[in-house]
Order: sequence, then C-alpha cells, then structure tokens
Amino acid sequence: MNKPAQQLTIWRALNAALHDEFTEDPSTIIMGEDLTTWGTGGGIYGVTRKMADTFGKERVRDTPISEEVLISAGAGAAMAGTRTVVEIMYSDFMLLGADGLINQAAKSRYMFGGQFATPLVVRSNGGSGIGKAAQHSQSLETLYAHIPGLEVVVPGTANDAYGLLRSAIKSNNPTIFLEHKALYYDKGAVTKELIPLGQARVAREGKDLTIVATQLMTKRALEAADMLAEQGVDVEIIDPRTLYPFDMETVFASVRKTRHMLVVHEAVRDFGWGAEFISNTVQECWGELDAAPRRLGAARAPIPYSEELESAVVPSAQEIIAESLAAVGHRKRLLV
Amino acid sequence: MTIETDVFNKFDLGTDGPSALELMSTIREFESRLPGYSEAGLIRGSTHPSVGMEAVAVGVSRALRDSDSVASNHRGHAHCLAKGADPGRTLAEILGRRDGYCGGKGGSMHIGVKELGILGTNGIVGAGIGLATGAALAAQAQGADNVAVAYFGDGATNQGVLSEAFNLAAIWNLPVVFVCENNHFAQSATLEEMVAQPDLHRRGEAYGLPSVDVDGMDVEAVSNAAAEAVHRARSGLGPTFIVADTYRYLGHMAGDTEIYRTVDQVEQWKGRDPINRLAEKLLTSNVLDQAQLDAIAATAVSAVDGAESFAKSSPYPDVSSAFTQVSEDIR
Ligand SMILES: Cc1ncc(C[n+]2csc(CCOP(=O)(O)OP(=O)(O)O)c2C)c(N)n1
Ligand SMILES: [Mg+2]
Repeated sequence: MNKPAQQLTIWRALNAALHDEFTEDPSTIIMGEDLTTWGTGGGIYGVTRKMADTFGKERVRDTPISEEVLISAGAGAAMAGTRTVVEIMYSDFMLLGADGLINQAAKSRYMFGGQFATPLVVRSNGGSGIGKAAQHSQSLETLYAHIPGLEVVVPGTANDAYGLLRSAIKSNNPTIFLEHKALYYDKGAVTKELIPLGQARVAREGKDLTIVATQLMTKRALEAADMLAEQGVDVEIIDPRTLYPFDMETVFASVRKTRHMLVVHEAVRDFGWGAEFISNTVQECWGELDAAPRRLGAARAPIPYSEELESAVVPSAQEIIAESLAAVGHRKRLLV
Repeated sequence: MTIETDVFNKFDLGTDGPSALELMSTIREFESRLPGYSEAGLIRGSTHPSVGMEAVAVGVSRALRDSDSVASNHRGHAHCLAKGADPGRTLAEILGRRDGYCGGKGGSMHIGVKELGILGTNGIVGAGIGLATGAALAAQAQGADNVAVAYFGDGATNQGVLSEAFNLAAIWNLPVVFVCENNHFAQSATLEEMVAQPDLHRRGEAYGLPSVDVDGMDVEAVSNAAAEAVHRARSGLGPTFIVADTYRYLGHMAGDTEIYRTVDQVEQWKGRDPINRLAEKLLTSNVLDQAQLDAIAATAVSAVDGAESFAKSSPYPDVSSAFTQVSEDIR
C-alpha cells in the first residue's frame, strides 16, 4: 500500500477509482446519459473517460434521458445482485428518480426482512459556483441524509474522492455520492487507499475554534482560517466527508479542545445538516462549550443565475470570518 | 361535432411569408451571437442555441395568441422570441441583467414571461410536457378557448412524463399541442441509438392522439400543421402530436466537441436551410425582390444590434434581489 502519492484532479481521481473498482470486480456496471460520447468521451464532467474503451459498452452504458427509470432500474439491478453505479448528470435530476431512491432502494433491505442487499451508487454533482442557476446547482445532501437506508458521501479533495468512491461501490447499501461541480479541477495528492465511510478528516489543526464544513465550504473555511490566524484565532477544520454514516467523535474531540464551534454548509442553512451536528455536540459537550455554537449556510433562496447574486446566496470566506469571530465571542454586531 | 379541418388559417406566402422570414432571420442572428457571448464571458453556465431550427418556433407561433401558453425547454430562446418576447429583455436575462424578464435570476434556461403565456424555458428535460398539459387543463377548466403548446426535443420523448401526459390529454380532451423538435440528437446521443421506435408519431398514435410528421425545415409546412392542431384544440377537439424533423447547426452548448457527428452531416442539413428556402420561394414567386430580401436581413441584424446594446448596458441586478421572491409573503 506504500505507493507514492500522485497529483490528480478530482475528476481524474474519480475516474481512477472507477477503473480500479471495475477491474477488481468484473460484474460492476455503470450507466448514465452521455457517458461515453460527451466532450472527450466521458460523461458531463469527464469522470467516465475511457471506461467504455476499457470495459466495453455492456458494462459502461449510454442511456436515454430517463432518470426515473435509470434510478429504479439501478435499484432493481442492485437488488438482483449486480453492483451498479448510476451517473446522474446533475444531482437536481435525481429528484426525478425519487421513488427509485427513497421508496425502493433505501427500503429494500428493511422491508423485505434483510433478504436483499442493494449495492447501488448514484453518483452526481451538486453545488453552485459556475453559473448553472436554480435547477443545476442545488446542494440537496441533507434530503438524502434524512432517509433511513441511504448513505451520503460528499468528497471535497482528490484523495477523498478516490478512496470514498471505491468504498461506496463496495458498500452493500445504496449510496448517494455527490461530487462538487466547482471542484472537479482541484488537484491534490492521491494515495489510492480506500477510505471507510463515516470517518471525518481533520483538514486543519487549531486550538480556538472548530469549523465543520464540506467540499467548497471546506475550501473557503481554509482561506478564512488563514486570515483569522492573523487576527489571533486559530481554527481547526473538520470535514465529515460522509453525512451518513457521520463521525461525531472526531467533532466532539475537536470541540472539547477548542470549546467553540461553527458549522458551514452550502446547503440552505434552515433545516440543514449543520443543525444535526450542532445538536449532537451540544448534547454531548454542553459543559465544555464556552459559547453557543453557530451555523452558516446558503440563504433560503434558489440559486440565482447572475454571478453576484449567486455569490450572495452562498457563504463566502468573508462571512465565515465574521461568523467565526462571533462564535469565539468577538461579537461585532454583524448579525441580525 | 363535425370536424371542420379546413377552416384553419393557412399560411399565405404573400402575407405571412415576409414576416416569417424576418422573424426567422432575427432569431438566427440572435442565436448565432450566443457562442461569442459565452467566449467573452458574458454568459455563465449553459446556453443552447437553436440555429437551424427556426422554422419550428416561428411556424407554430403564427397560430398562437398572447393568451395561449407555451412551455419550452432548455433550447427555448426561439420559442420565446417567436411568441413575442422582446429580444432585448430576453438577451438581458441570458446575460443575467436587471432588465431581463426575470431580473437576471433565471438565465437562459429559466426565461418566463407571464403576459405572453410563456411558462418558461426549462432546465429539466421533459418538464414542459407536464406544464403545458396543466396549462391546457386550466384553459379547459376556465372555459377559455386558450390552447397550450409544449415544445420538447427527441430526447425528451424518453421521459416517462410523456406517456402520462399523452394519456391524460387524450382522455380529458385537453387543448394542448405537443410539438417535438426532432433534431436527431439529445446532447451527444443519437435518436437511432436511444429511441426504440424512431417513428415518433407512432408514440402519439398509441395514446389515441392525432399525430403528424412535418418537415421542420419548412416554415410553411410547420405553420399549416400547427394551425390545424391549434384550431382543433380551440374547437374542443383535443390534443395533437406534431413531430417536426429538424436539425441544430451549432453544438449542443458552448464547448461541445461534437465528436458524435460529422461535418458532412451538418453541411447536408444546411442544404435544407429554412431561411434560404423561404427567401427563395418569396423571390421566385415574386412576393419580394432581392433588395427587399436584403432589407429584411438588415432589419434582423439591426434588431439584434439593438437588443445587444440594450442588454449589455443593463446593469447587473441589485444583490439584495437574491433574497426576495422566494415565497409570496416573504419580503
Ligand atoms: C432531467 C434532465 N436530464 C438531463 C438533462 C441534461 N440535458 C440537457 S439538454 C439534454 C439533451 C436534450 O435533448 P432533446 O430533448 O432532444 O433536446 P435538444 O437539446 O436536442 O434540443 C440533456 C441530456 C437535463 N437538463 N434534464
Ligand atoms: Mg434533440
């Protein structure tokens, strides 16, 4: 396992993970729209590039635009014993397949008394940042995290993308794997090791404040942390990487050290997963907190198209700084 | 009820020809400039031009009133412009400006114009099929003689909602016209590869809908088929399915490498160009002379020049608008 790490973009890391899983398990299939014929021949963001050349059109299938049947057929194929990956072009379109995901795949193990495994991965991209507007930019991870039976993965680095995709495909549960469309070209060192679902990553160590964030928000929190350091606030950043299962222990350990907490997500703040993390932390670490935990998320609005509007709706590094200062008690009357 | 199929208003070359030519030319000019705006960084996200397909929207819209509804798709600027949308405000929306029809919140794939019955271009393939069916239901329920049109591509025929909508429209006799723009590709996927029954009109027949194939590169043919269908719908005779055979000359969207088709194929289709064909017809039947044709072409260019300067000079929206209009009584 001690191969040297390679520098890969996130899309390349995902592509490598697919190739490696498909090589290891020759029964695995993948299907989706424009999977082999788009761009340079690899799906909307290139993730399936060269898959058809290597594994053939039987295992790597271009499909009609039929999300409803794609997801339900994916669930059926998985229940019938075929490890199946479905690529949905934008995660917004997964809503067309809600029945297949939520009523079928998520419940198939439970309602049939444990007879069935459903090794299905629905891969897609979420998030905003590149002007795709209201129906191609949502961060809907909380919806899926709420459904018993589903696993939800939200990788933010190339290494996590590789290691978590391989684990997601190996999982015998239906897994929602949400890539971030603004991060596909971010590069990072990839060790090509599997990463188990349910293990958070410490993205930055610090002693004054714990920020919990994923994907684009982790990236912005890291920027914010550098600026906060200049103001004497030493930030620790925890990236949960998977929202279900989720790793509270790493968060608790961090909060016990920093005694302050802020959650940042790109999903709409209200009813978002941040509340879940904070609620658990308050319950577990009440006596060890010096201030009320805070949360930051997107405004309660669809993602607007125009660039300035889009940036206004999603938390920026500046807002993370302001909330961080509020969370550690440098309250500057910034908040309503 | 007797079916008076001949009372619909047929396309008249002398009166309808010049205006159809001007509208198609304006749409052509408008759409042809989009890739340049994308390259210049004026357009964010995805924009889908319909160059080559102008005859469909223009032919269909001749039969429509402002009070009729259209539900469009991702390739929908022509549907809007042909229904009467102002090119300046349409472009302003595509460029994300304050004077866009949706104040810059929608962009290319979410252009709605209530007063013109435009229920929106749409980012979800197939979604307009259900929306138009609903608009037709509303017209029927209100006893209005309005009709609704759904525009969608060959790719959208693979969405389940088409089956559900065809059946509902048929059993309820809804005043809806389903217009499939068969341009032979869904992004990079070919019709042959993705549709098991390539005679798309047979899908309509299976649900009991009168279904017709029409040359989508011939505005007169589209116009007559649509006028008949709209007339039937308005007279209470129910839905029709029109399949227009057409082609898009440009890539699916900016950045399309077009590895899924040949240059030859594109050139062949250009030989059937709807604008050239109509111009020739107008010339040979002495409706217009060459000078008049040139004048129409120039008018189209200057209309789009005007739209462009209007849109470019429109400011970006006020950031505070990002938080408004989420629900009726919130801010
Ligand atoms: C539900 C959904 N699935 C996939 C897409 C991505 N997509 C946008 S346009 C398109 C092709 C549509 O083809 P067609 O309906 O034939 O219309 P055309 O683009 O050819 O005009 C695809 C796959 C989408 N926007 N919505
Ligand atoms: Mg098409």
